[in-house]
Amino acid sequence: MDVIDSADPAARAATPGESAATAPDEAETFVLRVEGLNAFYGDFQAVAEVDLDIRGNEITALIGPSGCGKSTVLRCFNRMNDLIEVARVEGSVRYHGVDLYGPNVDAVEVRRRIGMVFQKPNPFPKSIYDNIAFGPKIAGYQGNMDDLVEESLIKAALWTEVNDKLRESAFALSGGQQQRLCIARAIATSPDVLLMDEPCSALDPIATLRIEELMTELKRDYTIIIVTHNMQQAARVSDRTAFFTVDAEREQRTGVLVEFGETATMFTRPTQQKTEDYITGRFG
Amino acid sequence: MATGTVDTTTVVRKALEGKRLNVGGLVFEWGMLLLLLSSLLVLVVLLGDIVSGAIPTFRARGFDFVTSGLSLNPETAGVSTAIVGSIAITAVVAVVAFPIGIGAAIYLEEYAPDNRWTRFVDTNIRNLAGVPSIVYGLLGLAIFVRLVDVVGLGGQTGGKNIFSAGLTLAVLVLPIIIITSAEAIRAVPNSIREAGVGVGATPWEVVRHHVLPSAAPGILTGTVLTLARAFGETAPLIVIGVATGFFGAAADATVLERATGPYTALPVVVFSWSRQSVGAFGDTLAPAAIVVLLFVLFVANAGAIILRNRYEKTW
Repeated sequence: MDVIDSADPAARAATPGESAATAPDEAETFVLRVEGLNAFYGDFQAVAEVDLDIRGNEITALIGPSGCGKSTVLRCFNRMNDLIEVARVEGSVRYHGVDLYGPNVDAVEVRRRIGMVFQKPNPFPKSIYDNIAFGPKIAGYQGNMDDLVEESLIKAALWTEVNDKLRESAFALSGGQQQRLCIARAIATSPDVLLMDEPCSALDPIATLRIEELMTELKRDYTIIIVTHNMQQAARVSDRTAFFTVDAEREQRTGVLVEFGETATMFTRPTQQKTEDYITGRFG
Repeated sequence: MATGTVDTTTVVRKALEGKRLNVGGLVFEWGMLLLLLSSLLVLVVLLGDIVSGAIPTFRARGFDFVTSGLSLNPETAGVSTAIVGSIAITAVVAVVAFPIGIGAAIYLEEYAPDNRWTRFVDTNIRNLAGVPSIVYGLLGLAIFVRLVDVVGLGGQTGGKNIFSAGLTLAVLVLPIIIITSAEAIRAVPNSIREAGVGVGATPWEVVRHHVLPSAAPGILTGTVLTLARAFGETAPLIVIGVATGFFGAAADATVLERATGPYTALPVVVFSWSRQSVGAFGDTLAPAAIVVLLFVLFVANAGAIILRNRYEKTW
């Protein structure tokens, strides 16, 4: 628990990285490196052979049709799939050079560094204040909690709307505000990476726009990976895009990574026919 | 095309407003209402019979009936001994069954892997909830009466006291507590667990800070209703040696001696009075005791509802 107190996520992240065999410069460029990732739910293979490198302080979008495994891949990054009993992961997901699925890795510690925002806003049935204070509290945060709550809400562009009702139930907020509260909650534990699983799919266009602006703000401090159904959204906010699809040649509906590259290039000159078909709306 | 519009409106109105008499539906609706009323009628008749039987007692004795102890004389007999006994037994049940039951429910819902063994345990808990209460009485006599005596709480009754009674009824209501608590825990949306885990909470922290508070109203309601069930149980107590007649403790008896001495319970008193040879016991005292029993259960249920409502608002 000694590393928790450090305010700088990069410094914290570097501590576990020292023991890894990976070259330090590579571990710095790539916050997360996925190699040969296979994910299963029981006998069903959801994702096959994914290789993906996530760079720091960028927004990486995972796009693709329904059931292509993009959410599964996202949930491998903070071991959220551990909650599903039949889920199994093969291959390696290295975070600053440390394999997240290594034998001694504590999933709870992983999730404190790699925060998550879910598809449907899911605030705790508590006050706005307690929603944000919970994560830092259980992590043993020693500083001034009021300041941390304020700071997190400011970063999530929610402070001015809720500063006079911090003790009120989070359920009193609108959907878009609840989602920004969830972002503030994820930020409060000062993570290094933010995972967002279709964060705008339950929101109206104006709330969506606010979240997108917020993401662009946040990438200065965080590495963001977003799953989205919305190609325009990926094009608007992301620096790099990974396109997944269902592999038609397999027996099961297994998802595979088709193409991964800079968003600008992907949307103008995709190298794969499947990518072009998807982004031009010919399928999916 | 103005006339055309008018015609269309007329045609549509005719089609929409043409009422057909739905005979089958009406018969069904009234039939259901009749069934509901007949079941209510049985209840009303029962209550009316009991209350009319109890009125002479309360008119003659007033609150004195509630504060007097057991007696062989119907003029002075009251239910205070029985109320104290019932409350003491229920307290033992609560202390034993709550932690075990809620703990078991948490394990089953939050920790147990979903495999054949867990499903086997789950099914059997449900089966246990349906076992006749007299069977638990036999279990209590064979195990808990001796156990209480062995650990030194037997007193002059050799273990046939409120401790063995409480343990027996605790085992009786345990399956119900587990089932209702497990259902309340299962009703907590998974998104709350994901949110907790997502900010770096351990499974225990998620349970402690999010799942249990959200499930508490349901657990509380279920367990209070379960206690009411224990409060009204008669058969197992008779098997494990509850006093059905008059008994008295020495005036200088210590608390421990009283607690480990002979005891009785409200439903047992109802049972024993209703079969007394002295007419007044069965005719007016037993109904009066039933009224007291029903009143306590009513208060318990109302308390459960109030607790639940209050808890739900603190979000």
